[in-house]
Amino acid sequence: MNFVYERFLGGKSGALAIGILALLILVILPLALDLFRLNLVGKYLTYAFAAVSLVLLWGYGGILSLGQGIFFGLGGYAMAMFLKLEASDPESTSIQTTPGIPDFMDWNQLYELPWFWVPFESFTFTLIAILVVPAVFAFIIGYSMFKRRVGGVYFAIITQVIAVILTVLIVGQQGYTGGINGITDLRTLNGWDIRTDEAKYLLYFLNAILLLGVIMLGKFILTSKFGQLLLAMKDKEDRVRFSGYDVSNFKIFIFCISAVIAAIGGAMFTLQVGFMSPSFVGIVPSIEMVIFAAVGGRMSLIGVVYGTLLVNYGKTAFSETFPELWLFLMGGLFIAVVMFFPNGLAGIWNKYAPKVPFLRPLLAGSKKAESKTEPAKIESEPTTEGAK
Amino acid sequence: MGEYSVQELTSILAMQGFAGISLFSVLLLMALGLAIIFGQMGVINMAHGEFMAMGAYTTYLLSVMTQTYFPEFMNYYFLLAIVASFLVAGLFGYLTEFVLIRHLYKRPLDTLLATWGLSLIMQQSFRSIFGAREVSPTLPDWLMGSWMPTDTIFIPINGMFVLALTAVVTIGVYILMFRSTWGLNVRATTQNRVMSGAVGINTKQVDRLTFALGCGIAGIAGAAFTTIASTGPTSGSLYIVDTFMVVVFGGAASLFGTIASAFTIAQAQSILEFFISGSMAKVFTLLALVIILMMRPEGLFSIKVRK
Repeated sequence: MNFVYERFLGGKSGALAIGILALLILVILPLALDLFRLNLVGKYLTYAFAAVSLVLLWGYGGILSLGQGIFFGLGGYAMAMFLKLEASDPESTSIQTTPGIPDFMDWNQLYELPWFWVPFESFTFTLIAILVVPAVFAFIIGYSMFKRRVGGVYFAIITQVIAVILTVLIVGQQGYTGGINGITDLRTLNGWDIRTDEAKYLLYFLNAILLLGVIMLGKFILTSKFGQLLLAMKDKEDRVRFSGYDVSNFKIFIFCISAVIAAIGGAMFTLQVGFMSPSFVGIVPSIEMVIFAAVGGRMSLIGVVYGTLLVNYGKTAFSETFPELWLFLMGGLFIAVVMFFPNGLAGIWNKYAPKVPFLRPLLAGSKKAESKTEPAKIESEPTTEGAK
Repeated sequence: MGEYSVQELTSILAMQGFAGISLFSVLLLMALGLAIIFGQMGVINMAHGEFMAMGAYTTYLLSVMTQTYFPEFMNYYFLLAIVASFLVAGLFGYLTEFVLIRHLYKRPLDTLLATWGLSLIMQQSFRSIFGAREVSPTLPDWLMGSWMPTDTIFIPINGMFVLALTAVVTIGVYILMFRSTWGLNVRATTQNRVMSGAVGINTKQVDRLTFALGCGIAGIAGAAFTTIASTGPTSGSLYIVDTFMVVVFGGAASLFGTIASAFTIAQAQSILEFFISGSMAKVFTLLALVIILMMRPEGLFSIKVRK
């Protein structure tokens, strides 16, 4: 029990922070918001998976991926393919030239299901694919880059290019992927209608609990020896290498983990929102995920959830009332966070919360744990790190 | 390919090749600016495309002003526009460096985020000032039309003009970077900032001017861009990924590498585009680049530096 408390929750302050977050997303928000708004929050929380994955990868690992949208998209598309096949049974698609295949394939003169769609008729396969496909993909990218000691800005640019390739591919191959509109009109999951109010509530809670689980997994990883090594690698990669560790393997591992976390978010996105499209795969969503993490605090697993909620709330609120101002605000936010608050919301909290009198007793005793796991540091690697 | 005769195929290749050369010119002009900023300073300028758009909008603005007030100078305004684009984008780059970039030299990944923020702000400013629709300047008459070496080959004159402009700028950059004292200072600062400061180079001034120069060249790219396509608020962002690929593929600090890689990428894309769809041409080009870069992360041509 003590082990779980220390490692998965992160001691007193960690448990308290997770408790407050759980209270907010499991009790307060569902009670305070109507279903439409709650569904929006659920959508934002799926982005939080990607933000959490970036805390592990970027905040602690020092590896900035501008391609988390790739993995979010892979997870989302895998789920969408399964749901689409279920929605396109021969009966409801009987007006098509070829009944039983998804409608967009029919519009694009495809007469049978492409081979890579076939396994997605199985739910078990789909669940495995959501976890395994992004991991394998991340492994291939990570292996070929980290083994050659490509890192830093080069890694960021190449992941970005891969995100572009995937987007262009999805948009271009309309018959196989649904094109720019994505995979839409999803109805049931194993016969269970995901569009009803009841299903939306259930999926929201499933998503929130999964997110809390992922955060605890993250805590566990970061408090392990591996987490310590990750931080050491970020600060002085060469010293870790000279101490006899194979740095690239650790990097590949954390990249795969972060890919899987983002993919779970993508799959939950598809379930809650009811469609998946390339606009959640490319450069813009990928960089937005980075900004969620930056605003929340790149070193804080819990902070980024608040960061994601805040940025997305701002986006929704502003684009409803002042659509023109939104981009100015978003751009300003990027610049302000980078220049003035490199540790984001969590950094502000850690700095000012101990000064508030009634919070002090709650935070007492957690000082040690905090300074151990969340040093206020920002990466300062030399610019030429990439192509040695 | 059976339906094409040999002569037609040669013409197609020549024309697609030339279309590739127009793309090459714009890519190279963009990449030259970026190679200076990224290759020499290590700053990832995600707003580089917007500096290009700024040059394009400057050209547009000058064209509208000339047409309204001095219609008799329509034939010459374009040359002025090139200079103006350079100055406007360069000046804005100078300010950007002063306000934003100089605080972030030690955090290259953070410059990426901050300049992305800047690019969003610039895009929205373009949209607010010039509207969401794409605009094109009225080109002088001598840029119109095409040159026909044979009956089946049409080579557009504006493409040749852009190519010539690119050549002039490239030679200018070469002289400035490798044959002038200032260029020596820039390269010295890149190699060893502390030592350069110690021998009396004003490294901060060098940084500021280098960044401004890179942005200014992006402005020229914008002026060239108006001759081959119309400009919208997001025109610049369409080119930014390709431009980064050109710079990385060519080897970050190598001028010759940048030229060779811009040529390879532009030609591969536009020749492939004729045989398969545009999107697949892009996919194959980028995929090939990623694979080559995975095998050779330092790029095509790189200066060997002991680290």
